[in-house]
Amino acid sequence: MDMGEIIGTTAEDVVARRRWMGVLARASGAEIAARLREAAPLPPHTRLRGPEIGLVMARGRQGGDGAPFNLGEITVTRCTVGLGSAAVGHAYVAGRDARKAELAAVLDAALQDRALRPGLLDAVIEPLATAQAERAARTARKAAATRVDFSTLAVMR
Amino acid sequence: MAYVAVKGGEQAIGNAHAWLDEARRGDAALPAVSVRQIEEQLSLAVDRVMAEGACHDRSLAALAIKQARGDLIEAAFLLRAYRTTLPRFGASLPLDTGAMRVRRRVSATYKDLPGGQVLGPTFDYTHRLLEFALAADEGEPPVPAPEVPADGATAPRVTGLLAQEGLMADEPPSDAEPGDLTREPLEIPADRPLRLQALARGDEGFLLGLGYSTQRGYGNAHPFVGELRMGEVAVEIAPPELGFAVEIGDILVTECQMVNQFAGSRHEPPQFTRGYGLVFGQGERKAMAMALVDRALRSAELGEETGAPAQDAEFVLYHCDNVEATGFVEHLKLPHYVDFQSELEKLRSLRAAVAAGAEREAAE
Repeated sequence: MDMGEIIGTTAEDVVARRRWMGVLARASGAEIAARLREAAPLPPHTRLRGPEIGLVMARGRQGGDGAPFNLGEITVTRCTVGLGSAAVGHAYVAGRDARKAELAAVLDAALQDRALRPGLLDAVIEPLATAQAERAARTARKAAATRVDFSTLAVMR
Repeated sequence: MAYVAVKGGEQAIGNAHAWLDEARRGDAALPAVSVRQIEEQLSLAVDRVMAEGACHDRSLAALAIKQARGDLIEAAFLLRAYRTTLPRFGASLPLDTGAMRVRRRVSATYKDLPGGQVLGPTFDYTHRLLEFALAADEGEPPVPAPEVPADGATAPRVTGLLAQEGLMADEPPSDAEPGDLTREPLEIPADRPLRLQALARGDEGFLLGLGYSTQRGYGNAHPFVGELRMGEVAVEIAPPELGFAVEIGDILVTECQMVNQFAGSRHEPPQFTRGYGLVFGQGERKAMAMALVDRALRSAELGEETGAPAQDAEFVLYHCDNVEATGFVEHLKLPHYVDFQSELEKLRSLRAAVAAGAEREAAE
């Protein structure tokens, strides 16, 4: 299959790639697979590494903003695939869903191809991002409903 | 830590485990509880097992709870054992809890603060009366929680508000690589990052008791909950093959900033200092207890009086891990036949010597 131009490492490219990798990491494997059924078929890929399950040590900061400390580990699945001759896709996703990690890696590779990207953004990434934003917004609205409105209380001095 | 020193008895052990399987299932006429149900409906048990198992994976923690028949320390043990089978891919960037999407955020020090008091899904203000409606097998799902438009702003930290006035001791900015007690044995003195790691995975009950002791006078604590927040934060890692950081998902965490008086020293003016708590999941009691104990353990470096149990790092850090503690306490029930035989012989010879002495005295 003919591959288009592969994106580079300009700041703009990195911002775009960070975004779709974050969206894919937050989606479930079933959600990604469902969106892919709406997209043009992906070119064949080769597994270069994984999918394999491992751990990432999550860190916090003492006092919230001081020196880092180790909070505890998180299960993570990673996968690296090759697509065509040039594009290499990576995925690091929380959890133990090997299929999801592989789909995310294939999509990361395909999305780096400037020819494939617009179609995949429209069919896969944007709908997933919209659903995630709506879930987050619903949670925020529920939280807002539990915000104490002191103006309803008598003034205390 | 497990103590396994058993020979023989294979048949008995096999049968005991068969009975365990049957007992775990309970009345077979009832439907089995699913791991998904535990994950969704016993979510605070899942959170506690992830925190004390020091491994964030909701479905694994739920499975551990099911396998352990609801014994949460046993479940944490199972999770700790599982994690040893996995490779470590690296460490995350430090979580930015300031950018948390808060579900709950309360302050006991300021009534009106930017971002407001957000109660979230809390047990606070419930009457603690049993709700017999929940005893019905198939209750109607509750009506969806009310929603009102959200302003989308993140809530600034209360400690930041105090720091602006110079009233809160700064956390020195640092990106130092923290020690990791899962890689190197914990040694005393332990620096604060190591102490926080031990406390974050420590037993909630043990830390709660210690935190309580600081309030009752064992350690000179005058704490205020500057801020308690619970919500989702993004986890980011920067794998070398990518050369930039990516988000791998969101996790729910609870953070407590405990504000404490500090009388000042020759080098520092009187100001507030913080005790800090951060745990996986929704674990408010644990985060608060952790913050109290963190502050108590800072007493020596702040030049305060020490000597209370919660201020003794060796005592606290070597005994707060419930998986280690249960290993050493529970190993007492395993065969000690040889040890005990020598104790018996020693005791018999002591008694014989005493009896012989008494006879000699009587004869004289």
